[in-house]
Amino acid sequence: MAVEWGLSPRICEGDCAVLKRGDVFKAVAVLRQRKIIFEKQGFYLDNAIGHVYGTTFEVTSDGNLQPKRQVEETTTETKEAGTDNRNIVDDGKSQKLTHDDIKALKDKGIKGQEIVQQLIENSTTFRDKTEFAQDKYIKKKKKKYEAVITIVKPSTRILSTMYYAREPGKIIHLRYDTLAQMLTLGNVRAGNKMIVMETCAGLVLGAVMERMGGYGSIIQMYPGGGPIRAATSCFGFPKPFFNNLHEFPLSKVDSLLCGTLSLETLPSEPEDTALTEEETNGLVDEKQTSVQGTEEESSAETAMEINQTEEQETMDINAEDAEFKENKERENKENVREKQRKQWERTKKLTEAAALLREKNADGLLVASKFHPTPLLLSLLEFVAPSRPFVVYCQYKEPLLECYTKLRERGGVVNLKLSETWLRSYQVLPDRSHPKLTMSGGGGYILSGITVVLDKGKSDSSNLEALKMEEPSSKRCKVQDLCC
Amino acid sequence: MSFVEYGDTIKDGDTAIVFLGHESMFPVKVQHGGVTQTKYGVIRHSTDLIGKKYGSKVTCSKGGWVFILHPTPELWTVNLPHRTQILYSTDISVITMMLELKPGSIVCESGTGSGSLSHALIRTVAPTGHLYTVEFHQQRAEKAKEEFREHGVEHLVTVTNQDVCKNGFGVSGIADAVFLDIPSPWEAIGHAKSALKAEGGRICSFSPCIEQVQRTCLAMEEYGFTEINTLEILLRVYNVRTISLQIPDLGKAAEDNSSAGFDSSNPSNQGSPGTNLQQGTVQFKSGVPLKEMVGHTGYLTFATKSLF
Repeated sequence: MAVEWGLSPRICEGDCAVLKRGDVFKAVAVLRQRKIIFEKQGFYLDNAIGHVYGTTFEVTSDGNLQPKRQVEETTTETKEAGTDNRNIVDDGKSQKLTHDDIKALKDKGIKGQEIVQQLIENSTTFRDKTEFAQDKYIKKKKKKYEAVITIVKPSTRILSTMYYAREPGKIIHLRYDTLAQMLTLGNVRAGNKMIVMETCAGLVLGAVMERMGGYGSIIQMYPGGGPIRAATSCFGFPKPFFNNLHEFPLSKVDSLLCGTLSLETLPSEPEDTALTEEETNGLVDEKQTSVQGTEEESSAETAMEINQTEEQETMDINAEDAEFKENKERENKENVREKQRKQWERTKKLTEAAALLREKNADGLLVASKFHPTPLLLSLLEFVAPSRPFVVYCQYKEPLLECYTKLRERGGVVNLKLSETWLRSYQVLPDRSHPKLTMSGGGGYILSGITVVLDKGKSDSSNLEALKMEEPSSKRCKVQDLCC
Repeated sequence: MSFVEYGDTIKDGDTAIVFLGHESMFPVKVQHGGVTQTKYGVIRHSTDLIGKKYGSKVTCSKGGWVFILHPTPELWTVNLPHRTQILYSTDISVITMMLELKPGSIVCESGTGSGSLSHALIRTVAPTGHLYTVEFHQQRAEKAKEEFREHGVEHLVTVTNQDVCKNGFGVSGIADAVFLDIPSPWEAIGHAKSALKAEGGRICSFSPCIEQVQRTCLAMEEYGFTEINTLEILLRVYNVRTISLQIPDLGKAAEDNSSAGFDSSNPSNQGSPGTNLQQGTVQFKSGVPLKEMVGHTGYLTFATKSLF
């Protein structure tokens, strides 16, 4: 089970990698002769293969990548600078180069670095700007004209930052520092048996898998037809990591808890066939969006170009679309067989997951979903062993208030805590340090706690109530006084 | 029990957390024949603890009771004996994620201090990773070693008693990540760089003052670190309370009240927010921020050691 993952520092064909330009990230699959569009630039990754992760590349005019060595600082050392801006007038004529000139330079395939140099030389006000303003000017122009791309290995840090910046809606606005809190409060580590219920495109699942490093087991509870793992696939986990990843449909939790879940009858159940169909539809949709993604970057829906399929066969179908149509009939027959095989596998996996849940000894529960947290918690906590942490994320505070109250009524939990984190970034430069101008307004809320042995019986619950009242009552009065 | 593995039952030699209620708890070393005093009475280890399940309710001699919890780095952080100022779980969470730690990671840390972060790092890099922690204060270094032994994690950590600014971490070219919580981190950046793997790695420095951050950032730049990024993380905790606000008496006749104001928006008295016109109050649930919160712990500066 022990898998040394992430040891190969070199970029290989078929890897999941992340492109980075400035603070912008994009997850891609490293494939030969496949055009990638990133930050309005098209290029091929072929040349990057074999280089070490963390290498910075320059995009050449023919769309190839060329490794960039240590940045040779633009030597504007003979610095001449003004002290203030009292004589700088915005007449719109300070830049001598016109739009057409700049375009001509670009079309000639001149390096971005030289364009920046030209812009500086042709700016009449540059010399009068203060040293700081000159710095800022150069930085801004560099960002625009010097296209350098770093290829990095995916990690929770990178993917959660990327998702929060690019597609916060897909991860229900779970900010990366909030995800970090969840992993820590949930004591996620190698060897655990974790229950994860998320609708964050598989990002939370991926984060948990990374922290468990292939040791222990995870049961993912999913709504609808199947678990969504688009973000999980961006991590590029090795295959063995999936050996102990189980999934269980949320819609069967109740029958599992009541003991009425019957696995033998599952494959013939009509609703199960419906699920399979739904899944196929899902795949087609994904294929379409991934095709769009190569054509137009602007579409907000298409951050990830990695195919969201797990099966090799489906990937091949994606690649050979024309052939796919010709062989449709044959495919259809195969599909039926494939479906049956899949269904059988699903039942087997379901049986395993159900058995794991029935033991009711999970080491933790992480919930980050678009659903109301209260019913999820009240049911899923049944599967968790005593003295284990649980963490619920919600984009809004109010549902967690109710969840808090209901958990208190239920009992079997201690150390309940409702919290939120604020994240503030700083610009640190000599004589110019200050908090960044903008900060994130909301990264969601977290309710965490620890399970304890749940006593059944009235006397105990009233006793629990007594304990609850004993401690915070004085505090509660104070708070109420404050509010009234 | 161990800090890196859950156990079901309490055993002799375990460190357990006695939970009294509402964030009032303390650690206890379980020993045959040992006794622990609480405000609810005595707990006798041999009969009350050993062999019981973690998470059980234990009745004390005066009839009151407590819960016994399995130790975790997070519970240890709020219960450990302070030898220094410590890092709390909010900062620790971000440090762990931003340093990209996972099972198998090799981490260097200085100073060890009270071992709050150390326990969290060990938890995350276990079972195949390792923590090299450097503490220049001899007594603290020894105390930390003793704790790691008691907590069953000594095989995952090496404590070195030396000055990291002068002598470095005692390892070179093997670390995936370095963490610095020392008064002059800029003096240790060079050592941090040589401790990190040749193909790169991540570094974090924790400093309370912005002047320290500035010098650290300059040093990082000088040593060729990239992606230098400083941030601050603040925890806001909310108390869940039911609040009642009085409805002002504007002199309206009693009959009019039913058709005006709050009542119209919430005619059926279901759930919260509820109105009670007899008493003239409106009740609702609220997440009330604590009267005082931690406004600043320290700035976290992260950077990447790049290839060149």
